[in-house]
Amino acid sequence: MAPKTMFEKIWEEHVVREAAGEPTLLYIDRHLIHEVTSPQAFEGLRLAGRGVRRPELTFATMDHNVPTTDRSRPIEDAISAKQIETLVRNCKEFGIALFDLKSPDQGIVHVIGPELGLTLPGQTLVCGDSHTSTHGAFGTLAFGIGTSEVEHVLATQCLLQDRPRTFLIEVDGPRPYGVEAKDIILSIIGRIGTDGGTGSVIEYAGETVRRLSMEERMTVCNMSIEGGARAGMIAPDETTFAYLRGRPFGPAEGPAFDTALDRWRRLPSDAGARFDRTLRIEASALTPQVTWGTNPGQVVSIDARVPSPSDLADPNARKSAERALDYMGLRPGEAVTDIRIDRVFIGSCTNSRIEDLRRVARFVKGRKVAANVFAMIVPGSQQVKKQAEAEGLDRTFKEAGFDWRESGCSMCLGMNPDILQPAERCASTSNRNFEGRQGKGGRTHLVSPIMAAAAAVEGHFVDVRQYELSNDP
Amino acid sequence: MEPFKKHTGIVAPLDLPNVDTDQIIPKQFLKRIERTGFGQFLFYDWRFLDGTRPNPEFEMNAERYRGASILLTRANFGSGSSREHAPWALLDYGFRCLIAPSFADIFYNNCFKNGILPVRLTEEQVETLFQHVRRVPGYKLTVDLENKKVTSEDGLIFSIDVDDFRRHCLLNGLDDIGLTLQHEDKITAYETVHRNLAPAPDRQAGL
Repeated sequence: MAPKTMFEKIWEEHVVREAAGEPTLLYIDRHLIHEVTSPQAFEGLRLAGRGVRRPELTFATMDHNVPTTDRSRPIEDAISAKQIETLVRNCKEFGIALFDLKSPDQGIVHVIGPELGLTLPGQTLVCGDSHTSTHGAFGTLAFGIGTSEVEHVLATQCLLQDRPRTFLIEVDGPRPYGVEAKDIILSIIGRIGTDGGTGSVIEYAGETVRRLSMEERMTVCNMSIEGGARAGMIAPDETTFAYLRGRPFGPAEGPAFDTALDRWRRLPSDAGARFDRTLRIEASALTPQVTWGTNPGQVVSIDARVPSPSDLADPNARKSAERALDYMGLRPGEAVTDIRIDRVFIGSCTNSRIEDLRRVARFVKGRKVAANVFAMIVPGSQQVKKQAEAEGLDRTFKEAGFDWRESGCSMCLGMNPDILQPAERCASTSNRNFEGRQGKGGRTHLVSPIMAAAAAVEGHFVDVRQYELSNDP
Repeated sequence: MEPFKKHTGIVAPLDLPNVDTDQIIPKQFLKRIERTGFGQFLFYDWRFLDGTRPNPEFEMNAERYRGASILLTRANFGSGSSREHAPWALLDYGFRCLIAPSFADIFYNNCFKNGILPVRLTEEQVETLFQHVRRVPGYKLTVDLENKKVTSEDGLIFSIDVDDFRRHCLLNGLDDIGLTLQHEDKITAYETVHRNLAPAPDRQAGL
């Protein structure tokens, strides 16, 4: 039998129907929904008189527009409140499990999926959110969909999909000091561009990737969409299996887990499997990264200078860079470490998990947020929050001058009241530095959690490699 | 969904690459629970100053592009968030067709579900169109999905590359869900065979 990639194995196992000249009808094992991209899908079902085919395979939470302040008080914004009430009503009407604001399991949909064991290797998982690629860290074929497709999954538990191309990205060698998972993926996007992965599913492999923890792998896969890819995946291994043991919705310890394990072990790409495209990166060349522009591909090393548009040969790239520098209020040639910041946001489905928070806490312990900086930390889920508080991380954060919040997407997209003011500059651990993403006129620089923590303390970007850092998870 | 067969309309230029869905429809407008009414917020941060006055610097705001129904733009249009509010806003504003060298995947897919035709032309063809649009006020194109071509009154003819299935659905205004449900027997058969491979998740007792 011809060797197969992990993607091919999962894809082929989920084919319901194939016909020449038509997209494949693919079965969906897990469907996650949230308040923003689902109301019109349920409305569509009602209008067509359709039901939900497998309500037990869809799970809901509220994360995008929820306030991160005191949960005991009602939501002030009437339109947000209505959207949230609509999700509650829809879940009740169609029999879908919901982790609401009172649930101990509420959180960002891409944080709670893995946390609860809803995300499992070898499965197909979709959600009406582009960062669904996060779940690929488990060897899951996971991708973001639009609302019409959410409706399609609800009605049929399937999706019509064109078969994507495969793209292998291997990162090899030991990870250099001060380089985080975020720096790995930002470097990759900087190299392939924001449309480098269009039409493709990326598999991340190589020694550097193998040595990442599950949470770090999620950070890498999360930003696959920022490289334009449909999905990002990492082969499951002992690290994955250890993470999955004892998860509430995963297979129970014993025969069920062992059976699953047998299947999961067969998922990794076979030796000699062919990919449509491959890219090899030496980890030794990686450094801490900071975005300077208005898309995640506009990124440089912390020890570099803001690039000059006139150095770019491609006229579109040049125009894009000029516009980005103007929006960001930066001058070509400025040292990145000279860029002063007003705000710090640590959170989002990219970097809001317990290991992220532990690393930040270790760094800020005994240090203070700079006087001119407002810094907030938004845990990815209620479970992350509880764990952080059990470890006393919240006290460390508060003592250092950080605002410690309730879980949600928060200032990653600024749908809730957490937004930047015009011209405010933010070091953010989120995933998008688009114009206006964190608030109209707001200037976002994407960085790793440790880089954000250091910037909070110093009031400007700083090379974290000059500090003593611990590599513990 | 309204079928798309052949459409003639004024072309509006948006001369930027990598226009993301946050720009097409900013997040503060995603709280509505309807599919309609998003057109007034299209390109909101670029179109308006202080949220109300039209921004004279935004090219599309010029009188000559009033009533435009074809948007001409640059590579990687629709990147970022999967929000289908982006095509809803474009459609509600009046755009039935988008022309660019490339589109982001999720956005491209979402367009077809809403009766919008995204047309991929080469960088050179798009550049030619930008020049024509700027030279001739009220410049119109005819996008003919049936015959897979874009034509102009001044004699340009470009062929459209679109896959047959999407073309068929758009020409006939077909609803994907209806099509899939024609194969319900296959879905049921799949579920019967695979039930043991991927059992429905159940919270484990005691956790």
